[in-house]
Amino acid sequence: MQTDDRFLDISQLSIQFPKSPVPVLRQVDLQIARGEYVSVIGHSGCGKSTLLNVIAGLLPATAGGVVLEGREIDGPGPDRAVVFQNHSLLPWLTCYENVRLAVDQTVGRKMGRAERHDWVLENLALVHMSHAKDKRPAEISGGMKQRIGIARALAMKPKVLLLDEPFGALDALTRAHLQDQVMEIHASRGTTVVMITHDVDEAVLLSDRIVMLTNGPNATVGEVLKVDLPRPRDRLALAADPVFVAARTAVLEFLHARHANPALAAA
Amino acid sequence: MNAVSTKPAPAPAQLSRPVLTALPRPSRLAPVLANLLPPVLILLAFLGLWEFLASGPGATLPPPSKVWADSYDLIVDPFFDRGGLDKGLFWHLAASLQRVALGFAIAGVVGVLTGLLIGTSPFAMRGLDPIFQVLRTVPPLAWLPLSLAAFREAQPSAIFVIFITSVWPVIINTAVGVRNVPQDYRNVAAVIRLRGPAFFWKIVLPAAAPYIFTGLRIGIGLSWLAIVAAEMLIGGVGIGFFVWDAWNSSNLSDIVVALVYVGLVGFGLDRIVAFAGRIATRGTQES
Repeated sequence: MQTDDRFLDISQLSIQFPKSPVPVLRQVDLQIARGEYVSVIGHSGCGKSTLLNVIAGLLPATAGGVVLEGREIDGPGPDRAVVFQNHSLLPWLTCYENVRLAVDQTVGRKMGRAERHDWVLENLALVHMSHAKDKRPAEISGGMKQRIGIARALAMKPKVLLLDEPFGALDALTRAHLQDQVMEIHASRGTTVVMITHDVDEAVLLSDRIVMLTNGPNATVGEVLKVDLPRPRDRLALAADPVFVAARTAVLEFLHARHANPALAAA
Repeated sequence: MNAVSTKPAPAPAQLSRPVLTALPRPSRLAPVLANLLPPVLILLAFLGLWEFLASGPGATLPPPSKVWADSYDLIVDPFFDRGGLDKGLFWHLAASLQRVALGFAIAGVVGVLTGLLIGTSPFAMRGLDPIFQVLRTVPPLAWLPLSLAAFREAQPSAIFVIFITSVWPVIINTAVGVRNVPQDYRNVAAVIRLRGPAFFWKIVLPAAAPYIFTGLRIGIGLSWLAIVAAEMLIGGVGIGFFVWDAWNSSNLSDIVVALVYVGLVGFGLDRIVAFAGRIATRGTQES
């Protein structure tokens, strides 16, 4: 179906900040299907996060635009829930209250009190955080905060889940654990996901497609790689899988041979 | 003795033999003593120095021993009331505290509301900020003549001086807090479409709360500074007038005692506001 292949349609998108002579992103074209998991990878400063912010509606496009399910995006909204890099939980609210606030403001408008309460608990359970529902963000670890951030985003029943380097600040073991949980959630809820990352293994393991951006400024889509691996995926089994290794090599080759980081090259 | 017990145990002579004994339990008294000992020692040294300096011939101020002897009644019984202005220090302090409570309460309400206005409205900020920056540097007592002229009574004049002294830090800190709501929280609010009054109550106010309490804490300190000075000029019951009255009757020992009480009460006020701030902003400071 036409709309399902172009569920999220980014066309000829350019973004230029007022004070800068060159655009950050130039003519980005990307079509994302319903239920697809797409990662955007690139070196620091290539405008990955800018792209995500435009999809989220937090930044306006300079030229071109983003269409979600036939409607052009012109501002932020709960149909595009964001999991921010630094979790962005409100520190004066407990974990439960953080999720509850999002529910009350969005999908909760059509629910009764008890239904909202159950929906919040269901989403906390989905990220395995029911035990910490009455703790404040300062009392839990970084990985737990990010799980609450994911629960908050999912509780809005978004059409697209936007992940902005969600595991960047976490240690490797916690990160692997959360990646597995995100894969489970993607499988069970069927949410469309756009994830910004700079971790090659993470991109290959989680994604259906990997969008590689050239170096910024004036960055654009350099290459799109389809990761043809069956789901559910298992990180241990995949480590030696030829398809996985080939995809990983392709991304590494793009990032380090053809588009080496200019900042590092100069150093 | 306790200091010795906190030292690490000497290393066992034979390292090859495993040490199976439990680690010595740290003394619970030691940390208390470590905190308490320095101020007590310094205080004693200070009193000693004072005694020495004020005991010589030609000394103008009473030594601590004389203060204790002269003002014994005042120190041990703060609650006596012989009518008129001849009351214990408690009653003077209570009268001063009452004025501060009223003036500071008005300053808190007006200051927070004005600060919120300045923080949210660029027009209000550009218009009011320069005026406030000038007014806040006016010394508290300089307001007193105008205030007396306007109110024609001592009590409201004193309260006005408290208000006008403590309102500026509250306004300025509240405005800064509102303007500094982190972009992260604004993004979250934008995604969940939190706008208008709901945005204000659920995001702006809690995010600015630590700043507001910083302003209140500075404000209460300034209030207490101002009241003592204002009461010296206004008269009536109050710790400031008590000091002035003692000076007029050359009762230096009473002044020393009063100053100690003024300091202790000021310290207490600061701690109370700080504590209230910690309760109200729990979790907000560290994120």
